[in-house]
Amino acid sequence: MANMAQSIRLALHYAETNYDLKDVFGQDVGMPLGGVFTATQGLKTAWNTTLDERGIIGMAMGIAMAGDRCVAEIQFADYIFNTIDLLKIAGNTLWCTNGRYNLPMTVMTPVGAGIRGSVYHSHSFDAWASRLAGWKVVMPSNPLDAYGLLLSCIKDPNPCMFLKPKALMRVRGDELIPGEPANEKELKNMIDAPIGDRSNWKAQWPQVEEYLVPFGKGKITRTGDQITVVSYGRHLLLCNEVADQLKQEGFSVEVIDLRSIYPYDWPLIKASVEKTGRVVFVNEDTEVTNFAEHLSYRVVQELFYNLLARPRVVAGKHIPGIGLHPNLEDASVPQKHDIEQAVREVCMEVP
Amino acid sequence: MSKAKNTVPSESKTSSNPKVESFSGLSKNILVQMYKHMVKTRVLEERLIKIYRAGESYFWIGGPGEEAWGVPLGMLAKKGQGPMYDYLHLHYRCSPTVVAMGLDMLTSIRLMMNRTTDRSTGGRNFSNHFVIPEWNIAPVTSPLEVQYPIACGTAHVQKRTQGSKALTIVTGGDAGTAEGDFASCLILASRRGQELPMLITVQNNKWGISTSYEGQHGETFIADRAKAFNIKAEVINGNDPVESYLKIQESMDYIRKTGKPAFLEAMVSRLYGHSSASGANPIQNEVDPVKDFEQRLLKAGHITLPEVKALWEDYELEGIRAAEQARTEPVPQADSIWNHTYVDNENADWRNF
Repeated sequence: MANMAQSIRLALHYAETNYDLKDVFGQDVGMPLGGVFTATQGLKTAWNTTLDERGIIGMAMGIAMAGDRCVAEIQFADYIFNTIDLLKIAGNTLWCTNGRYNLPMTVMTPVGAGIRGSVYHSHSFDAWASRLAGWKVVMPSNPLDAYGLLLSCIKDPNPCMFLKPKALMRVRGDELIPGEPANEKELKNMIDAPIGDRSNWKAQWPQVEEYLVPFGKGKITRTGDQITVVSYGRHLLLCNEVADQLKQEGFSVEVIDLRSIYPYDWPLIKASVEKTGRVVFVNEDTEVTNFAEHLSYRVVQELFYNLLARPRVVAGKHIPGIGLHPNLEDASVPQKHDIEQAVREVCMEVP
Repeated sequence: MSKAKNTVPSESKTSSNPKVESFSGLSKNILVQMYKHMVKTRVLEERLIKIYRAGESYFWIGGPGEEAWGVPLGMLAKKGQGPMYDYLHLHYRCSPTVVAMGLDMLTSIRLMMNRTTDRSTGGRNFSNHFVIPEWNIAPVTSPLEVQYPIACGTAHVQKRTQGSKALTIVTGGDAGTAEGDFASCLILASRRGQELPMLITVQNNKWGISTSYEGQHGETFIADRAKAFNIKAEVINGNDPVESYLKIQESMDYIRKTGKPAFLEAMVSRLYGHSSASGANPIQNEVDPVKDFEQRLLKAGHITLPEVKALWEDYELEGIRAAEQARTEPVPQADSIWNHTYVDNENADWRNF
C-alpha cells in the first residue's frame, strides 16, 4: 500500500507518461533529493529551481501560457505568501483575458502542522487558497485520493492548487491505486530512491492506471444520523477517530471528507445536515475568516430551519505562528480532544 | 533629452556626404514604414486621451514617447502563435509595438471604451492591456514586473521546442526594476547551461509616476545589473528608431544564434506623464521621437511635407471613425461577471454548487 508521498510520485509519473506533463519543478524537486518529502523522486520531468518562489510561480504561469502542463512545487506553504499576487493573477488570467488565455498549471505545496515544524513549517493555506478566485483547490486525506485529486488537477485546464497535508506523507491508506503492487516492499524497491549514491538509480514504475477524483465531490467516511462533521486533510483522520470512539458511547457521527475545497460538495453537506440537524466544521487554518466560516454561514442561511444546534467551527487559533514546543503547537491547532469536545457539545445542545 | 540620455552614444547617422543622413544603411522602405507606425501610434494615443477627456472612458495609460523604441521591436518580432514564434510579455506603454505588428485603431479603442467587442478583455481592463494570443502577446497586467518571471516560462518552452529559433521578449519600465521579479528574471534566464532565449528589455523614461529615477537608483545603468549575470547588455537611445532597430536586430540575431539572453535598456521619453491619473498633459521638455524622426526623413528627402500632412490627417480620420464605431457597440452586462472564471464557463458561483 503506497504512502501519500509515493502516491503523489505515482500520479506525477502517470501524468508525465499519459498527460504530456512536461515539467515538475521547484526547490530540490529534481534529483538527487526528489523533494523534501520524496514525492518527486525518479521522475523524468522533475528539475530543480533557484530558491525563488516568485520565480517558480512565474515560470509555471509562462509554461502554462505557452500551452504546456506543469506542476510547480512550493517547498512549504509557509513560503508561498510572497507569491500571493502572482497566484491572484494566475486565477484571474482567463477572466481578465475574456477567456483567451487559460493556465493549465498545478501548484502543490505541503501544508499544516503535526510534524513539530515550528513557525515556518506549520502554516495552513486552505483558507487563503479558497479566496483565490479562478483556482480549484483540493486537499487529500489518504494516498488514493491524493493520486486521484492530483491527476484531476493536472488534467484540468484551470490553475489548480494541490495542498499536501505534510503530516500524512508517510501515512498509508486502505485502498490500492489501480495498478499498484499490493506488496509495500515491492513498491518501495521499485520507486524509492536508495540511500547514498543515486546517480545511476532509475525508478521501475508499476503500470498504474488512471484514477480521477472529480472536483467538488466529497465522500462520507463515517455514516451517522446525529451530527455531521466536515473536514479534509489530516484532520479528517482525527474526525474519523472521534466518530469511532464516540460510537462506543452511542453517538452517531457522520463524517464528510470534503476533499475539494473549491469547488466544494454542497449537495453532500446539505443532505447530511438536513438529516442530522447538527454540524461541526474542522480544519487547522486560523479561525478568523476561515473557509469553514463560509460553510457555516451557508448552513445558517440555507438550512437554518433544519438546525437543532448552532453550527460550530473548530480551527486554528488566530495567532501569528505555531510555536515549536508541543505544548504550543497542540494549543494552536485543533487536537482530537478539541474535536471530540465540540461534537459532544453540539450533540448535547438543546434547541 | 536629459543629461543621462545624452550619455548614450548614438549610431553614426552620416554618409560619405555629411549633409545627407545615411540612417546606418536602413532602406527607405523600412524607414518610412517605421515612421508611419510611429505616427499612427501617436495619433491613436492622442485619440485615447481625447476619449478619456470626453468622459467616454475611465482611465488612460499608454506609451506616447516610446514610439522610436516600440515600433522597431514590433516590426522585428517573429509574429505568430505558439512556441515557434516570438512571445511578447509587454507592459501598458507598448502600443507602438502592437501597432507595428498590425493593430488597427478600432481594436485599441474598443479596449479603451470597454466594449464587449474588445477582444483583449471584453471590457474588463484598462487601455493598452492587450491580449492577443494569435500574435503570442501575453496578457498585459497592471502589476508591474510580474511579466519578467512569467516570460521565463514561455522562453523555457521555446528552448525545448525542436527547430524553434523563436525567442521571448519582455518589456518594462525603469521604476519596476526595483521589484524582485526583475532579478528573478535575470537569474532564471542566465543559469549556466540553462540559458533562456530572451530579449530582456527596460524602457527607461526616468520616472515612476512622480518619482524620479535619480533618487531611487545607485547603479549607473540598469543594464549594468544584467552584465553581472553575464548577459550581453547594452544601453541605447530609444528615441532614435534607427539605433533601436539595429540594436534590437543585433540582439535578436545573437539570441536566435546562441539560445542565450540579451538585454537592452532603451532611454526613452514620457510625453504625456504617467497616465490620466497625472493629467495626461503634454510634457514639453522631452524629445519627441516622432517629430524628431519626421524632420530627419524630411531632410533626407524620404518623405515630403504634403505626404506628412496627409498621413497625420488619414490616421486622425481613422481614429475618429473608430471611436464613432465603438460608440455604437454594446457594453458588458451584469450577468456576464461569472464568465471565464473557469474554462468553458464551468460554474464557479458557490451559490450554484
